[in-house]
Amino acid sequence: MALKDITLGQYFPGHSVLHRMDPRTKLLLTVLYIAALFLCKNVISYGLALIVLAAAVAVSKVGLKSIVRGMKPVVVIILLTAVLNLFYTPGHEIWRFGFLKITTEGLWSAAFMVLRILMLITCTFLLTYTTSPILLTDGLENLLGPLKKLRVPVHELAMMMSIALRFIPTLIEETDKIMSAQRARGADFDTGGLVQKAKALVPLLVPLFISAFRRADELAVAMECRCYHGGEGRTRLRQLRYQSIDYAGFLLGVLLVAAVAVLRHFGL
Amino acid sequence: MEPILQTQKLSHVYSAGTPFQRAALTDVDLDIYPGEYLGIIGHTGSGKSTLIQHLNGLLKPTEGKVLFRGQDIWESKERTRQTRFHVGLVFQYPEYQLFEETIYKDISFGPRNMGLDEAEIDRRVREAAHFVGLRDEQLERSPFELSGGQKRRVAIAGVIAMEPEVLILDEPTAGLDPIGVEQILGNIRDYHEAHGATIILVSHSMEEVARTVDRLVVVNDGVIPFQGAPREVFQHGDELEAMGLGVPQMTRVFHQLRAMGVDIDASVYTIEQARRAIRDYRSRKGAR
Amino acid sequence: MNDSIIRTQDLRFAYPDTEAGGPSVLNGVNLDIEEGSFVAVLGHNGSGKSTLAKHMNAILLPSGGAVYVSGMDTRDESKLLDIRRTVGMVFQNPDNQIVANVVEEDVAFAPENLGVPSEEIRRRVDEALKAVGMYEFRTHAPHLLSGGQKQRVAIAGVIAMAPRCIVLDEPTAMLDPVGRREVLDTIRELNRTSGVTVVLITHHMDEAAQADRLVVMSKGKVVADGAPREVFQRVEELKSYGLTVPETTELLWELRQEDGLDVPLDALSDEECAQVLYDLLTAV
Repeated sequence: MALKDITLGQYFPGHSVLHRMDPRTKLLLTVLYIAALFLCKNVISYGLALIVLAAAVAVSKVGLKSIVRGMKPVVVIILLTAVLNLFYTPGHEIWRFGFLKITTEGLWSAAFMVLRILMLITCTFLLTYTTSPILLTDGLENLLGPLKKLRVPVHELAMMMSIALRFIPTLIEETDKIMSAQRARGADFDTGGLVQKAKALVPLLVPLFISAFRRADELAVAMECRCYHGGEGRTRLRQLRYQSIDYAGFLLGVLLVAAVAVLRHFGL
Repeated sequence: MEPILQTQKLSHVYSAGTPFQRAALTDVDLDIYPGEYLGIIGHTGSGKSTLIQHLNGLLKPTEGKVLFRGQDIWESKERTRQTRFHVGLVFQYPEYQLFEETIYKDISFGPRNMGLDEAEIDRRVREAAHFVGLRDEQLERSPFELSGGQKRRVAIAGVIAMEPEVLILDEPTAGLDPIGVEQILGNIRDYHEAHGATIILVSHSMEEVARTVDRLVVVNDGVIPFQGAPREVFQHGDELEAMGLGVPQMTRVFHQLRAMGVDIDASVYTIEQARRAIRDYRSRKGAR
Repeated sequence: MNDSIIRTQDLRFAYPDTEAGGPSVLNGVNLDIEEGSFVAVLGHNGSGKSTLAKHMNAILLPSGGAVYVSGMDTRDESKLLDIRRTVGMVFQNPDNQIVANVVEEDVAFAPENLGVPSEEIRRRVDEALKAVGMYEFRTHAPHLLSGGQKQRVAIAGVIAMAPRCIVLDEPTAMLDPVGRREVLDTIRELNRTSGVTVVLITHHMDEAAQADRLVVMSKGKVVADGAPREVFQRVEELKSYGLTVPETTELLWELRQEDGLDVPLDALSDEECAQVLYDLLTAV
């Protein structure tokens, strides 16, 4: 097992329209798109949402493959949703085996549910694949800025998030290293029952926590040395600025939601 | 003599089949003999860490074999596990793997995993602790109260307590001050002599390997370009320099001296050899 | 005011958390670091050299005596930011001082904290990255860089603050020889071309030999202070502090001490040592 191969909210550098879009635009568009998805009722509206998504994927140039690969961890959830919808939707029965029955409505509902989840995940992937984590946190901090007036520690939260993102690869690497070191002393992380496995984790988790605390300590001092004193009076290297593509993006997003809402009104 | 550890056409590829595919070792043949003190040098990313992790079965060869006492260590699951006890590996900065409440418990982790009885575990823990200069009354203390150098010695004791026939140490002196370096190298030498164990010392300090090892293996770009007695290996000064390794300072000084036209033996690599060479030269000239 | 950038006056320090004050780490350190100089501080683990470093930009405050940075008392809280922007600090583990997950964003961290306008940050970041030779890596993720490269990014992150002095606390301890050379060359270049004062804390003799001035610490005190070639001649004394000398000096010293040969001890580099030996051998 290689922990290093795990991808977490990975970013694929690029220069597509989506990459160049302001992170705030992308965040808002993602929210708009998810809203649109939940308004979708029927083949036509789903089709429309799908076309928009497919176009976005094509424009982003991240490739369908990387999106499919990212789906792997959620396959179980998708299957479970499909099965539940398939067997538990009441309606016109078309097949029956014991207490299991499949209805026409169940078929449709399962298909739509799966489609909805896939599209939802794809659209969030698009966001993280085309936006560097640092821009993402910048965008979030900026969008949530008004909450500062309500004493929500927006800057602190954003800083924590970006530091977490910075240290995930480091800690994964460290986990790998400690595991190897303990294996060299005969530790066995793979066999035995649940209790045994949990016990086997102690020699991994204790050093990992100690090291994480040490890192946090050193990082805090290093940040202070570089004059960090909270969000007050802070400027940024990169200033977020809306450009024409952002306005075009907003327009598209609002149009989509409006279209889906209208379609819904007519039961489509 | 039969080698105790052997690699045959050993190759390792990381993340095979992905865009991040990277060959770390290519067709490495290496024989390691019982009781020898071997040095492995190479810069970061040369493949030396990958190589040593194959020697005790932590990494599985992509191709080729690793033999311990003539038997493939991947023959069965049990054999792989046993190999880890015969071939002890001390990682870089091993102090970061300590986890138990007391030094005693931490050192006993390896022997306990071997399934030994309490009396034997106790004997081994005390003996290993003794090798690294820990006193009996220290054993019930928490390892986290110790200084950096002491923690490292506890971690090394944790591997020594398994009484491996081959002890591999990945840069055991990294980041220590001169006293700390001498203590660790002394502990390793003691174990080497008391158990007749094979020692493999991975280092990037030329001066350090020059004065400790019998034989030197250079790893670069996943292959072994040179191996042999330090004296022979250090003849390849320019090539070593190009690999980002260089030669010991004494070798550089004596090469310089030769270049200045002094007819002196330039295969010198320790201070002691340097003094001898100077003495020899002077008595040769003085006698004439 | 004279031209010393950092001045310690009878600096004493003991960690306060232990009962009865705990053992003292610094026992009266008097040191003047001249602006523009390259000073190495040498000492074994526990000699107090890192504790001294942490006093140079007010991470630690003296238990007794005082530290002045460009005339500012480090205990003056109102001057804290000014002190920290005057004296930058680079630590041993490059992983634990890189804040952002893009190189240029990390280098921008300090100027961002100081409220520097965006265009100016851009200029400083580019300049700092060029100064350490990491400009081509500006959009890379730091965790994929080598140790030496990470440490150079950390140095750039400090230079972007435009400090007058950089204190480096064992910056090469975790690096391989290539990384060590990269970092040391960078430091020397900075000192030479931009006149930044450099204080290098180390236990590597060969690194200390490259400084203009060498300060040796033992048991929380300065025990030797002078040009490296002078200090290294005190071989026996250095050994008593748990230190070694460069192999060149060690050889000459043993030739003198054990073989009774009349050789000078002040040859540090390979060339100088070879020259001394040449003179010795051809004089026979």
